[in-house]
Amino acid sequence: MNEIPLHPANASLVLCPDGPILVRGDFDVVMPSGEPAPRQRKTVALCRCGASAIKPYCDGTHKMINFRTEPPDVQGRGTSERPN
Amino acid sequence: MNIPEPRGPISAGVCALLTGDPGADPSALVALHARVTERVAVVEDLIDDDVQLALFCLYELHYGGLAGVDDRWEWHPGLIGIRQLLEEPFEAWLRSEAGVLTDSVRRPAGTPGSDATAALLFELAARDGGPSVSRHVAKKANAEQLSEFLIHKSLYQLKEADPHTWAIPRLAGPAKAALVEIQADEYGGGRPERMHSAMFARTMRGLGLKDSYGGYVDVVPAITLASVNMMSLFGLNRRLRGAIAGHLAMYEMTSSRPNQLYGNGFRRLGFDAAVTGYFDEHVEADAVHEQIAGRDLAGGLVEAEPDLLEDVLFGAAAASCIDARFAALLLEAWENGRSSLRPLVPATT
Ligand code: FES
Ligand SMILES: [Fe+2]
Ligand SMILES: [Fe+2]
Repeated sequence: MNEIPLHPANASLVLCPDGPILVRGDFDVVMPSGEPAPRQRKTVALCRCGASAIKPYCDGTHKMINFRTEPPDVQGRGTSERPN
Repeated sequence: MNIPEPRGPISAGVCALLTGDPGADPSALVALHARVTERVAVVEDLIDDDVQLALFCLYELHYGGLAGVDDRWEWHPGLIGIRQLLEEPFEAWLRSEAGVLTDSVRRPAGTPGSDATAALLFELAARDGGPSVSRHVAKKANAEQLSEFLIHKSLYQLKEADPHTWAIPRLAGPAKAALVEIQADEYGGGRPERMHSAMFARTMRGLGLKDSYGGYVDVVPAITLASVNMMSLFGLNRRLRGAIAGHLAMYEMTSSRPNQLYGNGFRRLGFDAAVTGYFDEHVEADAVHEQIAGRDLAGGLVEAEPDLLEDVLFGAAAASCIDARFAALLLEAWENGRSSLRPLVPATT
């Protein structure tokens, strides 16, 4: 079996290409007031396109507004395969 | 669930056999084998009521079972043989339907990394150009159509996530961890009332529908049965683990927005959060699941087993083809003022 890299921190953030930030592990999501954000699941996707209707969480709207996280010429991870 | 009402010679044979003792009547099994062989050779469109219902009953033995049917039938070799006679042409049919979509996907050179696999799947999901059930539900559907919609969905949603769970022991490493992470959420994260199947049951009760599993099997058309059979086919055959991963990714990637629209449709007709909770949950949950399913599950699987890329794409494309055909049937019926369900007293001849 391949060795799986260890993440020493208690939580990890995955910067999803053209999409949200996936947060896993042990963490709290708190509003500026200090109140905890309503939370139903362990792993959450935080909106980073700004267009979600259920912020702070992602609702998939980033796909409809063609949100891009990288400048077009840096998209060398298969995303450049997309028709423009 | 109860044994359904047969819809032709194959399903009648299967249902009759299942009410007896396993192994009690070997000649009935032989006769059924011959009958199925003969029938499937002439069925062109595999979305056939008789074929799909027979398959559905055979698969059901691996889930909650059928009332009054001896549990030993589940692994009866003769019955597994009949299932394979039906599965083979169904799989071939799905592959040819899905081929139109998968042929047009531009594969990256070499083994795709997990981001590239996810990008291919997101691209496939974005192509969904068929008629939209969710837009109709949001804007036009009447109360009767909302009930019909739930009845179709109930065949899967009341056991939501189960067919993909079969894949867990067939995967390893990151792909397995990803699938377990998604499934844990589907099963409510330890809270039975938050299980997606339980949330769907609540929605059904809110519309005055019965929420027992398979309670409406006799009124759903072949395409609805086929959509569940496809998942069982992919989930129960280890060789198709790529397809079940692709299927789940496609489901997750085409879920958040439609569920938002479904919720809007039920709100439009005055239903409250008890009814829309299931849909609202999926807006948020599947925006998480689509990332995990695309990158970690499907992408992780293809990284570990590059040869499975084609089956991942097949599973995703098959899901989308079946879904398009379901949408066409539903909207065609509704636009012509008809029900999309079969009449309650079936006129099977
Ligand atoms: S990142 Fe998904 S909706 Fe904003
Ligand atoms: Fe779900
Ligand atoms: Fe999901």
